[in-house]
Amino acid sequence: MKPLTISAYTAVSAAGRGRAALLSALRSGRTCLERKAFDDAQLDCFIGEVAGVASHALPVPWRDWDCRNNRLIDMALRIDGFDQAVAEAIALYGPDRIGVFIGTSTSGVRQTELAFAARESSDSNLPDWYNYRTTQSTYSVADFTRSRLGLTGVTVAIAAACASSAKVFASAARAIAAGTCDAAVVGGADSLCLTTLYGFNSLQLVSSDICRPADADRKGLSIGEAAGFALLERSPGDGRPALLGYGESSDAFHMSQPRLDGAGAMRAMSLAIERAGPGNEAIDYVNLHGTATPANDLAEAGAVVELLGPEIPCSSTKGWTGHTLGAAGILEAVIACLAVEHGVMPMSLNTLTVDPAIKANIVRETRSVRVRRVLSNSFGFGGANCSLLIGHSA
Amino acid sequence: MITCYLQSVGLAAPGLESWSTGRTLLLSGDPLHNDPETPYAPNLLPPNERRRATAAIRQAFRAAEDALRDHASDPSRLASVFASSDADLAVLNRICNALTQPERQISPTDFHNSVHNAASGYFSIAIRSMSTTTTVAAFDASFAAGLLEAATLANIEGCDVLFVAYDVIGPPPLLAVRPTTASGSCALLLTATRGPATLARLDLQTGAGSESVCSGAAAEKLRAGCPALRGLPLLEILAGSQAGECRLKMDAGRILHLIVQPA
Repeated sequence: MKPLTISAYTAVSAAGRGRAALLSALRSGRTCLERKAFDDAQLDCFIGEVAGVASHALPVPWRDWDCRNNRLIDMALRIDGFDQAVAEAIALYGPDRIGVFIGTSTSGVRQTELAFAARESSDSNLPDWYNYRTTQSTYSVADFTRSRLGLTGVTVAIAAACASSAKVFASAARAIAAGTCDAAVVGGADSLCLTTLYGFNSLQLVSSDICRPADADRKGLSIGEAAGFALLERSPGDGRPALLGYGESSDAFHMSQPRLDGAGAMRAMSLAIERAGPGNEAIDYVNLHGTATPANDLAEAGAVVELLGPEIPCSSTKGWTGHTLGAAGILEAVIACLAVEHGVMPMSLNTLTVDPAIKANIVRETRSVRVRRVLSNSFGFGGANCSLLIGHSA
Repeated sequence: MITCYLQSVGLAAPGLESWSTGRTLLLSGDPLHNDPETPYAPNLLPPNERRRATAAIRQAFRAAEDALRDHASDPSRLASVFASSDADLAVLNRICNALTQPERQISPTDFHNSVHNAASGYFSIAIRSMSTTTTVAAFDASFAAGLLEAATLANIEGCDVLFVAYDVIGPPPLLAVRPTTASGSCALLLTATRGPATLARLDLQTGAGSESVCSGAAAEKLRAGCPALRGLPLLEILAGSQAGECRLKMDAGRILHLIVQPA
């Protein structure tokens, strides 16, 4: 494929608002996870909570969209000049020629939890303040983003669980190639809620310890929240990072467990490399999906070693932010862009002893080093896999 | 403009039990007999997944299996695009109710079925396809957004793509905030090139304009009452095996313009 320039990008996560906060956290090796309860959840675990969501107000015209998830989106759109970059793109292409592709897993489900809790009895209606379309609906994330940015191009929400906001890059790249749009806003958001905390807990995938990707003693996820965006254009990069390739695959194995042979992960990675074309197979760093569940980390590392060999440096950055579920794809694409632009290769934070069964080259200390190309993995329930190749074209 | 080729059609809606019987009824415009539907047991699913499949997943499979019934080639190479406005509100209802109880005990099966892409995950397991599967949502424009995604995937990557749109009526209290009046699903098998079994060529373009409605009153009621059946004007054209065009509503005042030319 022809590279697509990532002409603007940003993210909000437990590491803070914007690129500088995230880069600073990555360089300092300080985790942003805390052992605390979300709302009144009775689970003993670490979470990656974004500060200031409770007091963040949406601008008046968008008050109907108010929910935790859309507040995260609004926070992200306002930093790093992202909304300004989109305004410049509108002036160049027109609002109808910019597509909007937004990933989410649970959208505004927190609002539905609050609405159910506010009912007088289990046969009462939901409260008047509850708006299904603008909050709970999966489309709400894309609808709000499009409207907030003043765009009228093709708009869609992509829901592939924890691969959602990686797959948006693939859908946007195809739409641009087909001429449906000239540029695209891609991104995603998922926010803390009881559904995912108690849901992953029911599958015994939430660690009571902080998440320790690739560790011999890893016990599962720490859940986080995030929103992030990128602007994709065909224009020359001028040194900015670009989307060089993408690969999508299915495990075709189980709804909530990864294939142990890593074949789905390997297929996604090899398709991304193949699509990027000759010369771009020289990858400097792999940002792993690395959820810190026993099954994921072993299968994924096996796939990396089989495809790219045991020397390729790789790490999961979930030790900083937690697993931000449907926002993980965009958050880690933003980390890939930071790695390329600032020459930083993040360590596998919180990893004490690498699992001897994991043969991959897990980065143990954050390095200041030239990074030209990053492969970023995101895998989700339903066996959805997506790999993005981000960096400078050969 | 995006061009793709239609190989087969699947349909499951009240009174329209399959494409082979439904197309005759769509052509006649006769009233539809809305018999109570028996729960559908997907043929392609392994027993474990079949037992765990929710109503929305079964609804998706009903049209998908209908479209694949006469499909000669191996489905294990198929890519797929699923479109649903609301996926499974019954699962959301059970989870949100459980979270109001003191013990907050969510069923693990409900949780893994709660993802919007549950049907697409079950489907890739069913056909053993490691090709990409994507699920899109665009509220009332989900059918149009999904068809555009599927046609683009077929056209740009040259793969065979099964497009499946599905939605089911939610339970109270969610029904009151997302009022729909019918459950339904339809499926279109799309390819990048013309083949011996091609039914029609489809050209897709986005633009401005007003949306098409169904010519039959019974079909129009279904179209308006179920997001996944917003594509019924296209199926009416396909039922007649004639050239035609229709316009499906997208977001922000746009429409998806579809031009059908029979093979």
